[in-house]
Amino acid sequence: MTAANLIEAAGLVKTYVSRKGLFGTATHVRAVDGVTLSVAPSTTLGIVGESGSGKSTTGRLLLGLEAPTEGEVKFDGKPMPAIKTNAWRDLRSRMQLVFQDPLAALDRRVPIGTQVSEPLDIHAVGTEKERQDRVETLLTAVGLRRDQAGRYPHELSGGQRQRVVIARAIATNPDLLVCDEPVSALDVSIQAQVINLLRDLQEARGIAMAFISHDLKVVRNISDRVAVMYLGRIVEEAPSADIFRRPLHPYTRALVSSVPVPGTALKDRIILQGEPPNPAARPSGCAFHPRCSMATERCKAEVPAFVTVEAGRKAACHLVPAASTET
Amino acid sequence: MANIAQTAPAIGTTHKMKRKRRFPIFVVIGIAWIVAMVVIAFGADWIRPYAITAMDLRNRLSLPGNPAHLLGTDELGRDVMSRLIESIRISLLIAFGATLISAFIGTALGFLAAYFRGLVEQLVLMLADFQAAMPFLIMSLAVLAFFGSSLTLLICLMGFYGWERYARIARGLAIAASGQGYASAVTQLGAKPSRVYLKHILPNIASTLIVSMTLTFPEIILMESSLSFLGLGVQPPMTSLGNMVGYGREYLTRAPWIMLAPSFVIMLTTLSISIVGDWLRDRLDPTIS
Amino acid sequence: MLRFFLIRAFRAFMTIVLVVTFAFVVLRMSGDPALIIMGPEAPPEAIVAFRKAWGLDQPIWIQYLSYFTAIMGGDLGISMRDGQSAISLVLDRIPATLQLTVPALILKLAIGIPAGVYAALHRDSAADRGVMAGAVVGFTMPSFVFGLILVLVFSVTWGVLPSGGQDTWMHAILPIATMSIGGAGILARFSRSAMIEILGQPYMRTASAKGLPWRRVIWEHAFPNAAIPIVTITGFMVGTLIAGAVVVESLFSWPGIGRLLVVSVANRDLAVVQCILLMVAATMVISNFVVDILYGYLDPRLRNNQARH
Repeated sequence: MTAANLIEAAGLVKTYVSRKGLFGTATHVRAVDGVTLSVAPSTTLGIVGESGSGKSTTGRLLLGLEAPTEGEVKFDGKPMPAIKTNAWRDLRSRMQLVFQDPLAALDRRVPIGTQVSEPLDIHAVGTEKERQDRVETLLTAVGLRRDQAGRYPHELSGGQRQRVVIARAIATNPDLLVCDEPVSALDVSIQAQVINLLRDLQEARGIAMAFISHDLKVVRNISDRVAVMYLGRIVEEAPSADIFRRPLHPYTRALVSSVPVPGTALKDRIILQGEPPNPAARPSGCAFHPRCSMATERCKAEVPAFVTVEAGRKAACHLVPAASTET
Repeated sequence: MANIAQTAPAIGTTHKMKRKRRFPIFVVIGIAWIVAMVVIAFGADWIRPYAITAMDLRNRLSLPGNPAHLLGTDELGRDVMSRLIESIRISLLIAFGATLISAFIGTALGFLAAYFRGLVEQLVLMLADFQAAMPFLIMSLAVLAFFGSSLTLLICLMGFYGWERYARIARGLAIAASGQGYASAVTQLGAKPSRVYLKHILPNIASTLIVSMTLTFPEIILMESSLSFLGLGVQPPMTSLGNMVGYGREYLTRAPWIMLAPSFVIMLTTLSISIVGDWLRDRLDPTIS
Repeated sequence: MLRFFLIRAFRAFMTIVLVVTFAFVVLRMSGDPALIIMGPEAPPEAIVAFRKAWGLDQPIWIQYLSYFTAIMGGDLGISMRDGQSAISLVLDRIPATLQLTVPALILKLAIGIPAGVYAALHRDSAADRGVMAGAVVGFTMPSFVFGLILVLVFSVTWGVLPSGGQDTWMHAILPIATMSIGGAGILARFSRSAMIEILGQPYMRTASAKGLPWRRVIWEHAFPNAAIPIVTITGFMVGTLIAGAVVVESLFSWPGIGRLLVVSVANRDLAVVQCILLMVAATMVISNFVVDILYGYLDPRLRNNQARH
């Protein structure tokens, strides 16, 4: 973690309180529980996890769309301003979110050209004419035609809609892009196109990217580094190539073993036992222990620390000793 | 009574099936009637054959069909048709003004609740529950008891009729849009709440709100005419439909047409708007019911 | 279950507080009650004395507090017109109102629910259309119009029933009929759509698919489920009985609470108006409470869902 990181998050905790009525007992759910990560310009951090792992919440915390219960996010060395203040709004031009469901993220009553130009209008970028030109450039950049600017979202295909969302997200030349499952609502054939588009845009503009997905294959294609989340915590973080070649944490191993490799049969697949994780009922000790085939008594009692296990690799597992190589 | 009709959300849907199948002839009639009423309301000054207070003392309690007085006259020899036309104007003016006020208040409060959540939302919801549960007629009577009656007051008072429905709709839809939808997308672009709510959420929920207006409008007409019938709404010399019925009641034995003509207009108008509203709901907004 | 009751009780209390506050705010916004009651020509000393007697010379929040405690203690003021206590004036009128509203409620239920259920079971038949058309007319027609038409037919043209007053049971027929019609129409439409919705549910198909006779399917599966929304709307109707009585009692010169309200409003007899307002609120709160309890009987699932609000 060098000073050159664009965004740094330290010890992020997000607790949601759900309350039954005015007098109900409050239940606290720790959606994110102590996440520390950083993203440098021109690089992509993949964040992988099942639903309920807190990956989307982490993305929203990075963008400052929600205030963390504990911990801090620093963008460009400065702390995130309080939500819905003017400083916070101004900062939006520098960081953007790409949504999972482009149809929901677009206003169905507004033509897409107007929507792409909206961030420019909001942040008062350039003159009317310049904005119009910029919209055309943006549409072309994401692979749409200029004449489609007058179309409405429902007149486009899913992939085209996601391109519109991306065009809108990069309209103000942001430094950070958080993509929250940007392709999971799309056909497989379209997924690769959108991923390639994101990668090209990143290369051309030096954007730092956080790419959130439940799908390891997708993440692998685009990420420089990958963080694996389980029940609100990062259990393993490593360079993309390493994590796929040699996963350390049992959970990561199970995930990696389920990714098909072209030309080979899926062998040695680790099938996870037990219930999918539920943030409202977190197991004691290592949250993964009820599903881990190698769990010991220690795993049930003691929370493993997230420590450096090799150069550039961190993991949180009692079975993966710090700074040693055991597989 | 009209209050109850509202709490029965399924009321309009029962006719949905029937109307989808055939070309809705009732809707055409309903629209025609509404248009006629609006034209009469706007053109009252030109259409009206006599001034509403003009007395034709030789033709008192004249029967309908009299060439000088198509709908007859009342005991003072005032032309029923002229009074009816003026009444339509006043009743529609009140109902229209009140519907707009109610939609405005309700939508604004709903948006406030959706934006601030927490205590503000609880407060708005509590007021909405209260308004929905408390019979509106009784509340308006209480207000009129304290303030006395005037046209402006009556419009404002009726403007509280049904605001809670707009508030609930606006709040619900705004929260849905702010959760995962287009509104949260625009917010995270850095837009101010005014932009999010007025430029994005409002146009998106407008059709639902308009359908709700077609539900409250006839109820407001009924409410106003009940108050005026009781002599506590529109005050003479001004006249409204309910007012005319109340006045005509005195002459029920000798001149039932004085009371029947406005009654007929009230019924047909509320019926038309309900039918057209139902039909609009089916077409514009299948989600509302 | 205890929490459920507590929440309900709190909400009921809040409703009463809101009504009292509403009455107080409106009362104070409307101007100087002393001037309204005594009239502008009253001598100034009399006005001052009146203010003192009614506590109007105190600061506003003290007025509110004393107003609130007085009301909670059952002191609803004295009719500003004839000096009688407002509450006894109102209580005197209750039997007359009940004479109309209770039979009218029974009539509504007895006509509305069977008609709606019948229409639902014979969908798109002539009977269904007839019931629905009648129901639409029933609730788009203002009750005073319906009442006047009844008077026109039965009193003026045929001369068989009296058009106003409270002397014999005959006098009650037209008001009761007038009150029932709108509610019956609403209940019919409501029961019909509730029933139709239930009939379309998968468990209804399951029940008939497993070979139960249709009659039993209707009685054992459809009715208990359709009853829930119908109970809600009935509870709501009980809560608005007095409101419905306002127009009808005035129309037929029936000396009940509704007529008292209209007369008091016209006379600006504030204590009586506010007393009736609170009574309506109380009726409404109690009927809502009863409906909630009935819910628990009809659908145990709702106990928890209700508590969530």
